[in-house]
Amino acid sequence: MTESAKHPLLEVRDVSKGFPGVVALSKVSLTLGHSEVLALIGENGAGKSTLMKILAGVQEPDSGEVLIDGSPVRIDSVQTAFANGVALIHQELNLSDNLDVGANIFLGREPKKYGLIDKHRIREESRELLSQVGLNVSPDTIVERLPIGQQQLVEIARALSVNARVLIMDEPTSSLSAREAQTLFTVVNNLRSKGVSVIYISHRLGEVKELADRVTVFRDGENAGDLSRDEISHDRMVRLMVGRDVSQFYVRKPHTPGDVALRVNNLVTPANPGHKVNFSIRAGEIVGVAGLVGAGRTEMLQVLFGVQPAVSGSIEVGGRTVPINNPKDAIHAGLALVPEDRKLQGLVLEMAVRTNVGLAGLERHQKKFGFLNSQQEGVDTAEMIRKLRIKTPNEQQVVQYLSGGNQQKVVLAKWLSLNPKVLLLDETTRGIDVGAKQEIYRLMEELAEQGMAILFVSSEMEEILGMSDQTLVMHEGRITGKLTRAELNEEAVMQLATGNVAEESAA
Amino acid sequence: MKKNLGILGLFLVVFIATAFANPDFVNAYNLENLIRRASLYGIIGIGVSLVIITSGIDLSIGSMIGLVGTMLPWLLMKQGASLFTGLMAVAVLSAAIGLFHGLLITRLKLQPFVVTLCGLLIYRGCARWMTGDSVQGFKDHYDGLRYLAIGKIPLGFLPGVDNFNLPVPFLLMLALAIVAAIFLNKTIYGRYLLALGRNEQAARYSGINTNRMVVLAYVLCSLIAGFGGILFALDSNSIQPDNFGGFYELYAIAAAVLGGCSLRGGQGSIFGVVIGAAILPLLRNSINLLGLPTTLEFAIIGVVILAGVIVDELVKRMAAARRATLAAQQASSS
Repeated sequence: MTESAKHPLLEVRDVSKGFPGVVALSKVSLTLGHSEVLALIGENGAGKSTLMKILAGVQEPDSGEVLIDGSPVRIDSVQTAFANGVALIHQELNLSDNLDVGANIFLGREPKKYGLIDKHRIREESRELLSQVGLNVSPDTIVERLPIGQQQLVEIARALSVNARVLIMDEPTSSLSAREAQTLFTVVNNLRSKGVSVIYISHRLGEVKELADRVTVFRDGENAGDLSRDEISHDRMVRLMVGRDVSQFYVRKPHTPGDVALRVNNLVTPANPGHKVNFSIRAGEIVGVAGLVGAGRTEMLQVLFGVQPAVSGSIEVGGRTVPINNPKDAIHAGLALVPEDRKLQGLVLEMAVRTNVGLAGLERHQKKFGFLNSQQEGVDTAEMIRKLRIKTPNEQQVVQYLSGGNQQKVVLAKWLSLNPKVLLLDETTRGIDVGAKQEIYRLMEELAEQGMAILFVSSEMEEILGMSDQTLVMHEGRITGKLTRAELNEEAVMQLATGNVAEESAA
Repeated sequence: MKKNLGILGLFLVVFIATAFANPDFVNAYNLENLIRRASLYGIIGIGVSLVIITSGIDLSIGSMIGLVGTMLPWLLMKQGASLFTGLMAVAVLSAAIGLFHGLLITRLKLQPFVVTLCGLLIYRGCARWMTGDSVQGFKDHYDGLRYLAIGKIPLGFLPGVDNFNLPVPFLLMLALAIVAAIFLNKTIYGRYLLALGRNEQAARYSGINTNRMVVLAYVLCSLIAGFGGILFALDSNSIQPDNFGGFYELYAIAAAVLGGCSLRGGQGSIFGVVIGAAILPLLRNSINLLGLPTTLEFAIIGVVILAGVIVDELVKRMAAARRATLAAQQASSS
């Protein structure tokens, strides 16, 4: 046996990392063997991404150490990470999509000849690397012309070009089609057989089961447990991630839904002009929308809320057809949308909690001649801070200094202060801590009990399984299935989400 | 008010230093002139700050002043238009120009910089062509109208004031500043402008018709610039179509920036802008009275503004760092 084989390839020991106001990692450890695929799972905010950034040299740990082949290394930049054979493939791809494939693979490390870029060598070496990842395109192809799955393979080729021995993949399948994901799995298996180890971060427990040799689970910035190959099961992974019985985490009481609150008839969105969307939600009902990234779920919510105009179709709220041409119309009709990106679309980050809470109600509460109704704003804000338990020193606090969960509560407060009939939620619990998540689930249950209709888009299977009274599954712009609570399970959702239509919906 | 302390301090330092260095500075005639100039700049500064708050810009203000400033005397003196017709014509033209800018920016999604840069060229050309490039003026007519720009209100009746007269433009500027400050801070529309200037998407997702508000900001800016143009013309009474108002857009923008408007939008205080606008003529006056070479005028103004902006940025960073540690302490103690 060689010297290196005695030690694990990569070892993380007692690494901690804090940011102003949060402890992201607290003494976490992890081992990665040679030719191993280690799945790292955990809820959003569990600290997976922070650890990966530390390994990739984007951030430095406050304490703890990283060992490669048994000897401690200091990874303080992306360059030193490369030098140690560690490469990170970000969830959002990091390619200059205006340049060609070869230029991207060698970006920042261009081989030179007479002081100029040696295009010939780039082309030769790129071809070799591309064949290793099974990508059959010319190195001269401009990256933006490639589908997203192939772009990802270009990133992997780039990682191989620095002789990476540890490849970290952060939710690599989140925007891939089922076929592209299968290609990726093949590539990962090939890499493993060639001696490359992979740390695979994913929310999709199904693919973890398929791919991983071992699973490490993080929860709230700490180690929650490890599972060896034969211990990997859906239930065990979930239990370690959530840290308690799932049935307690998602509190749902059965209650009788009321009249139809929102009915969508033959709605055609500009993003998917080929499909008509039909569904309805009753008052007091919580309806989940599942699907892969890019399935058209966000686009559907945006059309419902008037951010984008509908191509055709009609929307009924409370039994009346309402014309919705802009968010103002939607608000007037009794809709509210907590958008996908809270920092970009949900909040004016540099403004106070109070200003953000009041923003959507300015017109409704205005006094004569358009004067601000400050009293109303103050009353609403105080009530919402109390009701939603928003942790803020005071109502004048600038929103960007709040934690992610509290920021999201401010967005919710903005809408709940208007008493909407239908609440549209788009990935509302993404990137917030487990505690805040649970509070949001409780709030959803409470609002449903009071008769609000809730439509929530989520990419987290647990959330869909735990919260929905009814689940709509979307695939490439159309609803491929509607599942009742009795029919709902991960298998069924994934089948429909990847386009295997089991039952044709009544379109 | 707190965030304007820096600019107010700068103003006072220059003011007091000049007053000590040269006693002529505080004589009534000099101060009256200074206040009149400062007020005129203040007016156009308030206008452009409304646009800057939306994270836009208006580079056409100087040329608009040139156009309005030549058009009004040209209509009144050369075309025999009535006073009402003349004023209505320039008001409608100003509003139309603002509407034109606003629509191009919101509907065609053109960049404000590009739209108003083209405006800068177009309106200057129009002014020169319309008047045959000849000097315009009111001669000794329209005294009532000219009172708005050059009139003075004696303050001798106040105790302790002998021969000081308050320039009328100051009162006009003050009235405009009060209305603008109320609009910005006390109405929902002002709140809309501040919110959309910071984050247009979040404002739109909150049900605000952001396009309409942006158009409104450009219309108001151009209307105010047109009003300023009339006053500048009445004040000067000798209007050269090829350079009247030249560079004024930059003075107005400098005033807004000095006064605390961020070019990133969403931030601004009318009081700050008024002080910022006063600093420019003050510096020019000081350079003269302190016997500094007038050829250095632009250089000195540039250095002082740059220094002010740098200090402001450093202070902001310190405040942000302090807030971050405070938040961290609160989070770890809770």
